[in-house]
Amino acid sequence: MSQHLAAEINSVLSALILLSAFGLLVQRRIYGLLHIFAWQGVFLSISTAVVGYSAGLHHLYISAILTLALKVFALPYILYVLIHKLKIKKEVEDVVNVPTTMLIGIALVIFSYHLTAPIRELSTLVTRSTLAVALATVMLGLLMMITRKKAVTQIIGFLALENGLFFAATSATYGMPLVVELGVALDILIAAFIFGIFFFQIRTTFDSLDLKEMEKLKEED
Amino acid sequence: MLNLDPLGLVALSVLVFLALASLAPFLASRQKTLLAMTFLGSALASLIALSGGFLSVYQASTTSMIMPVGLPDLPFYLRLDPLSGFFAAVVALLGFLVSIYSLGYVKSFVGVRSITPLAVFYNLFLAGMLLVLVADDAYSFMVSWELMAAASFFLVAFEDENAKARKAAFIYILIAHIGAILILLSFGVMSGSASGFESFGSYTFSSMRMNAASGHITPAWAAAAFLLALFGFGAKAGIIPLHVWLPEAHPAAPSNVSALMSGAMLKIAVYGIIRVSFDLLGVTQWWWGGLVLVIGLVSALIGILFALLQVDLKRLLAYSSVENIGVILISLGLSMIFASFKMGALAALAMIAALYHILNHAVFKGLLFMGAGSILHGARERNMERMGGLIHKMPWTAPLFLVGCLSISSLPPFSGFASEWLAFQSFLLSPSLPSPILNLLIPLGAAVLALTAALAARCFVKVFGVTFLGAWRGPSNAHVHEAGFFMKASMTGAAIASLALGIFPAFVIVWMDSVPSMLVSGTVQAESPFGWLWITPVAPERASYSAPVVFLGILSFVALAYLLLHARKTAIRRGPIWDCGFEKLTNRMQYNSTSFAMPLRRIFGFLFSIKETTRAHGNPNASPMFQERYIYNLKVRDMFWYSLYKPVSDLSFWASKKVGRLQHGRIQIYLLYSFITLIVLLMFS
Amino acid sequence: MKNLYPILIEALQVLIVLVASPVLVGWVRALKCRAQGRRSAGVFQPYRDLRKLFMKDIVLAENASWVFRFTPYVVFGSTLLAGAIIPIISVDLPLAATADIIALVALFAIARFFTALAGMDVGTAFGGMGSSREMMVASLAEPAMLMSVFTVSLASHSTSLSFMAHSLLETSVVLRPSLAFALIAFALIAIAENGRIPVDNPSTHLELTMIHEAMILEYSGRHLALIEWASMMKLFLFSSLGVSLFFPWGIAGPSDPLMLPLAFVALACKLALVGAAIVLIETRLAKMRIFRVPEFLGAAFLLSTLGMLSFFMLE
Repeated sequence: MSQHLAAEINSVLSALILLSAFGLLVQRRIYGLLHIFAWQGVFLSISTAVVGYSAGLHHLYISAILTLALKVFALPYILYVLIHKLKIKKEVEDVVNVPTTMLIGIALVIFSYHLTAPIRELSTLVTRSTLAVALATVMLGLLMMITRKKAVTQIIGFLALENGLFFAATSATYGMPLVVELGVALDILIAAFIFGIFFFQIRTTFDSLDLKEMEKLKEED
Repeated sequence: MLNLDPLGLVALSVLVFLALASLAPFLASRQKTLLAMTFLGSALASLIALSGGFLSVYQASTTSMIMPVGLPDLPFYLRLDPLSGFFAAVVALLGFLVSIYSLGYVKSFVGVRSITPLAVFYNLFLAGMLLVLVADDAYSFMVSWELMAAASFFLVAFEDENAKARKAAFIYILIAHIGAILILLSFGVMSGSASGFESFGSYTFSSMRMNAASGHITPAWAAAAFLLALFGFGAKAGIIPLHVWLPEAHPAAPSNVSALMSGAMLKIAVYGIIRVSFDLLGVTQWWWGGLVLVIGLVSALIGILFALLQVDLKRLLAYSSVENIGVILISLGLSMIFASFKMGALAALAMIAALYHILNHAVFKGLLFMGAGSILHGARERNMERMGGLIHKMPWTAPLFLVGCLSISSLPPFSGFASEWLAFQSFLLSPSLPSPILNLLIPLGAAVLALTAALAARCFVKVFGVTFLGAWRGPSNAHVHEAGFFMKASMTGAAIASLALGIFPAFVIVWMDSVPSMLVSGTVQAESPFGWLWITPVAPERASYSAPVVFLGILSFVALAYLLLHARKTAIRRGPIWDCGFEKLTNRMQYNSTSFAMPLRRIFGFLFSIKETTRAHGNPNASPMFQERYIYNLKVRDMFWYSLYKPVSDLSFWASKKVGRLQHGRIQIYLLYSFITLIVLLMFS
Repeated sequence: MKNLYPILIEALQVLIVLVASPVLVGWVRALKCRAQGRRSAGVFQPYRDLRKLFMKDIVLAENASWVFRFTPYVVFGSTLLAGAIIPIISVDLPLAATADIIALVALFAIARFFTALAGMDVGTAFGGMGSSREMMVASLAEPAMLMSVFTVSLASHSTSLSFMAHSLLETSVVLRPSLAFALIAFALIAIAENGRIPVDNPSTHLELTMIHEAMILEYSGRHLALIEWASMMKLFLFSSLGVSLFFPWGIAGPSDPLMLPLAFVALACKLALVGAAIVLIETRLAKMRIFRVPEFLGAAFLLSTLGMLSFFMLE
C-alpha cells in the first residue's frame, strides 16, 4: 500500500467521518443516533489504523483497537442500556430545527477550513488536509450539544466532539503518545459512567431528562 | 448645433421629450389630441434615443460635449460611452414599447380624469432617465436624478384621490430622497479627495476617474464613497431592506408607468452602481464584490419569496422586480470579485450576464406589467383571488403574458434563460479564484441563485395558472374584454423581443461586449467555432448552449409528434370535468393563489410574520369538523416594514413632538432663539 | 462516411431513448412485482399500455384551453430533445453541444412548467394541488441539483455533458469522496424529480397522496400517452445521465464505432442495475409525508455541498 493510496483512503474516511457528524445532526431517532455514532467510531478506528500503517507507528494500532472497542461497542452499548432502562422518548427533540442546524453546520465546516488554512501550509504530513475535517467534527459535536434538548443527545454530542479531537490528533500529529491516549480513553469511559449516574439523579429529582427542568435550579428573582 | 453622433441622437430625443412635456399643458382642453401627440411623440423620441444608444455600444464610441447651462462656471458635461449607451438603449427600447402601449392604455382615463399631468410627467420622466445616463459630472447628474425622481413621484400619485396612492408616493419620495442624499455624499467624497473639500473644481466625473486611477484616493475614502453610492443607488434599485417603496408604488401607479419604473428606472440605479464602482473608483477590493453579491442573494431570495405570497398581481410583480435586481447584482458582484483579482475575461463574462439580464428584465418585466395593465383594464381586477379563466376571454393577452412568464422563469429558449445561464457559468468558473475561502463560499451563492430561479418558475406558474387558467372565481365575468389594438401590438413587440433575445444570444453578446471591454478590459469569446449558432463563453470544452437548436429542436419534435399522431383520426370529445368522479365542483374549489403558496409558507414561514386564523360560523355545539362555514384569515406582512421602518418612523414622530415644544407662537421667543444662536456662534467663532 | 457517423449516432440514440425507455419502466415494474411476491405482466407491458392509449379517443374537459392541449406535445418534445443531448452510448454526439448540463436541467424544467400549468387549466382542486406540490419539490431540488453539478464540474472542469463523461473516462480510477457524495445527492434528486417512492408514488391514484398524477388527472387518449411516454423517457434519461456522469466506463469514445455494440451492452447492464436499485428502494421504503420532502431534499443538498467542500478540502 503506497503512501498515496493511504492518503486517499484516509481522505475518504475523513469525508465519511464528516458525513456521520452531519448524520448525528439530522437524525431524529435516538437509536439511529447510536448507530451513526458507532459508525463514526468504525471510520475513526480504520483511519487510525491506516495512518499507523502508512507512518509506521505501531502504537496507533493499539489506539485503533481501543477506539473500536470503546466507541463502537462499549459506549453505544452503555447508552443503549441507559436509554432502555430510563425509558427515554425515542425521538430527538431539538431547539433549532434541522434544516437551520444543517446550514449552520455547513458554515462551521467552511469556517474550520478557513481556520486551518495556515496550518495546512506549514504541515508536511500526508494527512494534513483532514485537519479541517477534524476541527469541523469538533464544532459539529458542540453544535449538537447546543441545539438538542435531552441529556442523552448531549452526551452523544460530547462523544462526537471527542471523536473529532481524537481525529485531529491522529491527522495533525500522527497521534498522541500512547499513555495520553490510554488516559483519555479511560476518562471517556469514566465520564460515560458518571453521566449515567447523573441521568438517574436528574430523573429522580425532576422526573424527566429534559434539560429545561434544570432551569428551575436558578435562584428566583 | 447637434451632430448626429450617438450623443447627439440621445440629446435630440431628450429635447423632444422636454418639448412634448412643455407643450402638453397647452393641449389640455383637447385630451384625445394630447394623448395621440404625447405618446406618438415619445415613441418617436424613444426610437431616436434607441438608435443613439445602440450605435454607441455597437461602435464602442465615446462622445462628449459641454452644455453651457446651469450655474455660471458650472456647465453641464455630457458624455455617452458604451456603458451609458447600453442603458440608454434599454431605457429607450422599453420607452418605445410602453409609449405605444400607452396609446391604448391611457385612453381609458380620457373622460374620467385629466391626462395632462400624466402626459407632462411621463415625458419628463423619460427625459430625466436619459439625462442621468449622459450626465458626466456630479452636478448635472444630481439635477437629472432629481428630475427623474420628481417626475416619477407625480406619476405614482397620478390617481391622487386615492389615499393609498398618496401614501405610496410619499413613501417613495422619502426613500428616494434618502438615497439621493447618500449619492450626493458619495460624489462629495470622491470629488473632495480629488481637489480637497474646499473647492468643487473636480465635480466632473473625468477628474474623479483620474483621481482614482492615479491612486490619490485612499482605500478608506474609496470604500466610503463606494458604500454611500451602493446604498444610495440601492434605495432606488430596491435592494433589501430598502425595497419597501416598490410594492407600494408599483400597484398605485398606472400600469404603463409601473412598466417603465420597474423595467427602466430600477436599471438606472444599477447604472449608478456600475458607474461609480467600476468606472469612477475602479474595483480594487474583493469585499466590494462580496458585499454586492450578498445583497444580491438576499434581495433575490427574499424578493421572490415575498412575491410568491402576494395576491395582488402588480404587487407580486413589484416584489419580483426586487428579485431580478438581486439577480443582476449577483452577477455584478461576481464581476467585481473577478475584477478585483484582475481576471478580466471572467469579470467580463459575469458583467455580460448582468447586462444581459438588465436588458432581458426590462423587456419581460415591461411585458408582464403591460399584461397586468391589460388585465386591470379588461377585468377591472388586480386581486388574483378573484380572477381565473381569462385565457378564454383574452385570447391575445394570455399567450403574450405566457411568454413573459416563461422568460422570467428562465426557461429556454426564452430570454431569461440566456442571462441566467451566463450567470451560472460565471459561478462555475469561480474555483479559479486564488482565494480558498471564496472558492468554498461562492458555490453556495450559486445554490441560492438556483433556488431563486426555481422559485421564480413556481411563482409564475402560480400567476399564469391562477389568473388565466381555470375558471373565473368572482360572481360574473361578463364584463371582461380583450385589450385594444395598441396594447396588443406593443405586448406582441415585447414578446417577440423577449424571444429574439433568447434565441440569438450570440449577437447580443457580441453587441454588448464593448461595455466590459471598457470597464474591466476583458471580452467574452461569444462565438464558437460553429458560428453564432452556439455560445461558448469560455471554450467549447467548458460549456456551450445553442438557443436556436433548442428552439428548433423542441419545435420540430413537437411538430413531428403532432403530425404523426394526427395521421390517424381520433375524435376529441368535450365532456364534463372528471376530477376523480367528483360531481359538485364549483369555481371556488379551485386552488387559488393563497393555497398554491401554502407549502412555501410552511417551509419558509420563519422568514415572514404570518398571522393565520380560522373562525367557524354556525352551530357552536356542532363538531368542529362539520361547521356550516369557515372564515379563513391570512395576514402576511413584510417584516422589514415592522422591524426596521416602523421604529424609525415612530422615533421621528416622537422627536418631532419634542421639538414641537419649542414652538410657542410668540414672536419674542423666536427672536430670542435667534439671539441665543447669534451669541453662541460669536462665542465659538 | 466520416461525416455521416455522428448523425447516425444521433439518430440511433434518439431511437434508443424512444424504444428503450418503456422497457426500463417495464423492467422496474416486473422486478417490483417479483420482489413483492406478485405476478408481473412482463417487461413489455408499458408498450401495450401506450398502444392502447394511442388508439383511444380523447375526452377533453369542457373548459380546457389550448394550454391543456398543447402541453403533452411540449412535454414530449422537450424531453425527447433532452434525450438527443445526453451522451448515452457514445461521447461523440453532435447535438451534445446544444446544451450543457445546466441547459439540460432547464429542458426538464420546461416540461414541468407546462405540466403544472395544465394541472391548473381545468380548474379542479386536485390539479392545483398537484401543480403546487410539484413546483415545491422542484424548487427545492434545484439547489441540490446545481451543487451536485458543480461538484462534478469541479472534477472535470466542464459542464458540457460529453466532456464531463469523457474526462472521467480518461482519468485513472481514484477514490473521490466528492464524486461519491455528488452521486448520492444526484440519486436522491433523481428520485424526487421522477416522482418515485419515497417522494411520490407513480402508481397511486389515491387523491391526497399523489403529486405528478394529480396534475395529469384530466388527460386521456393520446395526450395521456404522450405524457406517460415522456415520463418514462425522463426516468430513462435521469438514469442514463447518472450512469454517464459517474460510471461512464463502457461508453464509446470519440469516433470509435467498434465500441458501439459493447457500449450498448454496457448501458443495458448498468440500467438494469439502476432499475434494481430503484426497486430495492421502493420496496423497502414507504412514501413519506409531503412535508418530510423538504428534509429529504435538504439531505440531498447537504450531501452535494459536502461533496463540493470535500473536493476543496480533501482532494
